[in-house]
Amino acid sequence: MSAAFTLYDYVLSGNCYKIRLFASLLAMPYQSVAIDFYPGYEHRSERMLSLNPAGTLPVMVTSAGGQVLTETNAMLAWMALHDGGAQTPWFPAVDPALGPQVQQGLAFGAGLTDSIGLARLHAMLDWPVDGEAAKRAGLKHLRALELHLTDRQIDGGLWWAGAHPTIADLACFPYVALSPDAGLEHDGFPAIRRWLYAVRSLPGFATMPGIHPLHELR
Amino acid sequence: MSLAYARNDWYVIADRNSLEQGPRRTRLLGDEIHVSGSYAHPVIKDASGRMLPTQIKFDHVWTTVGDRPRPLFDIPEGNEPGRRLVPCGMVRVKCSPLRAVENFLDIAHFPFVHTDVLGAEPYTEVEPYKVEIREQNDEVWATKVKFFQPLAAKSAAGGITTDYEYRVPAPTTAVLYKTCPPKPEAQDVITIFVQPRSETECDVWPWMALYDDDTPYADLVQFQQMIFLQDRSILENQRPIKLPLDPRMEIPTRSDLTSVAYRRWLKKRGAFYGALAETL
Ligand SMILES: N[C@@H](CCC(=O)N[C@@H](CS)C(=O)NCC(=O)O)C(=O)O
Ligand SMILES: [Fe+2]
Repeated sequence: MSAAFTLYDYVLSGNCYKIRLFASLLAMPYQSVAIDFYPGYEHRSERMLSLNPAGTLPVMVTSAGGQVLTETNAMLAWMALHDGGAQTPWFPAVDPALGPQVQQGLAFGAGLTDSIGLARLHAMLDWPVDGEAAKRAGLKHLRALELHLTDRQIDGGLWWAGAHPTIADLACFPYVALSPDAGLEHDGFPAIRRWLYAVRSLPGFATMPGIHPLHELR
Repeated sequence: MSLAYARNDWYVIADRNSLEQGPRRTRLLGDEIHVSGSYAHPVIKDASGRMLPTQIKFDHVWTTVGDRPRPLFDIPEGNEPGRRLVPCGMVRVKCSPLRAVENFLDIAHFPFVHTDVLGAEPYTEVEPYKVEIREQNDEVWATKVKFFQPLAAKSAAGGITTDYEYRVPAPTTAVLYKTCPPKPEAQDVITIFVQPRSETECDVWPWMALYDDDTPYADLVQFQQMIFLQDRSILENQRPIKLPLDPRMEIPTRSDLTSVAYRRWLKKRGAFYGALAETL
């Protein structure tokens, strides 16, 4: 099968992992180009800045049409639509009840990069940022998510919105699952733990360093 | 803790990439260290402003805070023609520097932590191998280690039984030699240099000397980072945080022979920094 897109990728990036994970769940073939984010800071090289002036990873270039996408939420949306068209359960964009909820989750997921994501880069790679402030923001985000998922679980739901996992779950999953890398443990968050387990149980689930395969939980 | 012993070893404190990012503060053996200058002329100072000695070896900047430092060991393979030298940056881990080394010496965890890469179920058996302390240079060596690996290196095309040798030339350095997939008569060299920030936190600088002219640098580093970051979350959860040297504290199994020898060797030389040595 031919690659649906090219992914400029870094193995330790939670944002890149969103795309690798969704591709694995959809069994969508793609081509990965490793970018030396660390120690080489290649995402800030001229070649990469000309592709994405924001200097962030991942970058997706679609095979058909050559669209360049630099926001993971846009990439997730593209993949859902490319896979299942407007009917895709992963992105019920025009459903009057679910569509706005999914947008809410996508925005929440994007916010995690600057909280848990930065706290993690600081703890792991000594990223020159205020690690403590990022960690405090991360803890706030975990508490907010715990509340949201508790409400959902009281209503009998498991996912961010609706009866099927959506790209909102995938936008949130990586940094929440990786928060222990930044010293933010999951112990006090039972609803988050249930939801993490559900995502990890999805057929086609893929791991990344810091997220162990499910056999260790059993 | 035996700070006096640890002070007289050399430690990695920087590499070329980190120096290019500008001046930086770091820690060594519990104390603050200032790092500046360039890779050709690194400037390393302690908190009081005292200049510390430096040397460049294995693509890293090394320093020591001791008055009578032991000589820095050699890794002769680093000078062999045809090898590609791959410094991999550093990864911070909240664990004892000795635990980081010990984990690097352990093969039994491969199928469970590096699933489908360095190991796979059901191939979890570790065959008997040989461990010795080589008296002439006082190093721990494990040889004749064999393990089935689905993806032994970035250069591997499929599963192979990999031959391993392990070497511990200093308490915070571990070197491994493993079958090079595209050149089975040769061995790749993979090393971790551990910078002890304190007894319970370290910066780990992996370094490789490989026979692989084809794989792009970014892929080589990311393969190594993938492996090491799988270990990191395990390492941060080990208890007690410091490495126990009393064999009664953690029951060894046959596959842990290297670890048993490493702990004994640390004990014999009095290298207790990062060790749980309350019963000694
Ligand atoms: N808005 C982007 C943000 C992506 C992002 O921030 N990625 C991180 C890596 S996970 C990055 O490239 N950071 C650049 C840096 O910190 O230098 C998205 O959601 O896709
Ligand atoms: Fe490991």
